[in-house]
Amino acid sequence: MSTSSKRSLKASPLAKVNTTIAHCFKALSRRDRSASNQQQFNAQVFRRILSLVLFFGIWQLLCLNRFNFFINFENVPSPIEVAQATVQFVTGNPMKHVQASAIRVLSGFTIAAVLGISLGILIGWFKKIEDLIFMPLELLRPIPAVAWIPLAILMFPTSESGMIYLTFIGAFFPILISTIRGVESTDLLLLRVGQCLGAKQWHIFKDIVVPGAMPSIASGLVIGMGNSWFCLVTAEILAGRYGVGYITWESYITSNYPPIVMGMLLIGLMGAASAYAVDRLTCLFMPWRITKKKSA
Amino acid sequence: MATLVEKNLGQRVRGFVEVENLSVSFKRKGQSVHVLESVNFKIEPGEFICLLGPSGCGKSTILNVIAGFIQPSSGFVFVDKRHVDSPGADRGFVFQQYSLLPWKTTYQNVEFGLKIRGVPKAERSELVHYYLNRVGLFKHRHSYPHQLSGGMQQRASIIRALVNSPSVLLMDEPFAALDAQTRHMMQELLLTIWSDLKTTVIFVTHDIEEALFLSDKIFVMGVNPGRIKEKINVTLDRPRHADSLLSPEFISLNRQVFELIREETLKSMDMD
Repeated sequence: MSTSSKRSLKASPLAKVNTTIAHCFKALSRRDRSASNQQQFNAQVFRRILSLVLFFGIWQLLCLNRFNFFINFENVPSPIEVAQATVQFVTGNPMKHVQASAIRVLSGFTIAAVLGISLGILIGWFKKIEDLIFMPLELLRPIPAVAWIPLAILMFPTSESGMIYLTFIGAFFPILISTIRGVESTDLLLLRVGQCLGAKQWHIFKDIVVPGAMPSIASGLVIGMGNSWFCLVTAEILAGRYGVGYITWESYITSNYPPIVMGMLLIGLMGAASAYAVDRLTCLFMPWRITKKKSA
Repeated sequence: MATLVEKNLGQRVRGFVEVENLSVSFKRKGQSVHVLESVNFKIEPGEFICLLGPSGCGKSTILNVIAGFIQPSSGFVFVDKRHVDSPGADRGFVFQQYSLLPWKTTYQNVEFGLKIRGVPKAERSELVHYYLNRVGLFKHRHSYPHQLSGGMQQRASIIRALVNSPSVLLMDEPFAALDAQTRHMMQELLLTIWSDLKTTVIFVTHDIEEALFLSDKIFVMGVNPGRIKEKINVTLDRPRHADSLLSPEFISLNRQVFELIREETLKSMDMD
């Protein structure tokens, strides 16, 4: 027993070197995929973290050096200042702002979804309805939310409803256009299938056209949700005492710069989160696509 | 229990198809192209007919007119003495492409036609289960189309049409996309189902062996313009199986049809 353990002890340094060399070869060889994949993955994670470190690092450096060559960083809050502002915001009363903004976006988005989907289906399916209402909508579509501010003030009884209208504008057009496209791209083959089974207009519509358009509608909803958040700052410039967009704008007016960047990042974060939620939710309505993703 | 299924199967002493002077042409670049010219035939109830011909002979066009998808330029189609002018559930169609509704399970796809017609749920379930079992798809009734193989999808498409007890089953190269082995299994399965149901079948194909193996009569079609060139009675004994392909009768019919098709194919390639 003792001799053998001594022998193994003696042999161990060399054995270790051997195994490490073997390990390196294994990682390099294409046959051992899992090992090399793991290594690739680690390298990827490392590069991505590095990119973030560089981003914030360069930003911080530019602020520290008060960089001023065409672009002026003298008044730009540094990442550390932004972090401090965030801590201050979170420890204060963040929920009233987040809630106010979320309610505006959700209301505007919901109205946009209902109107956009139903109008889109009608326009896509009935040629006469398309002739009657599509042109005015095309005229209104390219108008950005900012351009709506004066009219929103004039048209709506309360500033709250005006703000909801602006978030609605952001979401409505992507939803409308994707719905129209989805309905128009209905497969002729599947329409014929329905006709041969004796389906009348209503069944063809309900069981073939609408389900066929659903993936397209879903992507319209995701884009619409994102756009709704884009329009939030615009909307909250209009009025209001609460809201994430309001903080951003108000901080600029009062020359309190760090919260501007915090507000921007917060809007981006909430926009991404709600677009993700919409994506997940719409998947629930399309069980045949969920199993497709799984099996793929 | 079985009475409902029997009733459903018993409805099939129909399927009398008359095609009179059928012509189809359309305009292309200002010139009118004759796809079909004065096609005439009658099909007795329960017959299995194959339309056979080279590509471009208009065989699918005949099927589309009978289905009601396209209107003829002149001539008439009657199914059970009723003039055909639009699609309907009395003419079931099986397409070449996979055509199950992607958002419905196998069961829901097969059930769809019955549901449209307002057949009560219990009856629907009995009929759909019968047919699913008949083609070995019961196990896959809750699967979505993309989870099924090509052969399974076509089996589902066939029973989706049959469950409505149509007078005629129109099949447009339904097995063309399948591999040879699966195609052969599907042909045998189709013959067994057909021998039970005795629905009239009009089956479009460009495969001579397939046409001979399946049909009672082959309508060999010619090109430029599309027309029926010759009607051939296939006298092979039924039930047919793999060995039928080796019988002397099969081989001589095969040669006969091959020569007919060859002429037309050369013509369609402008090589005559």
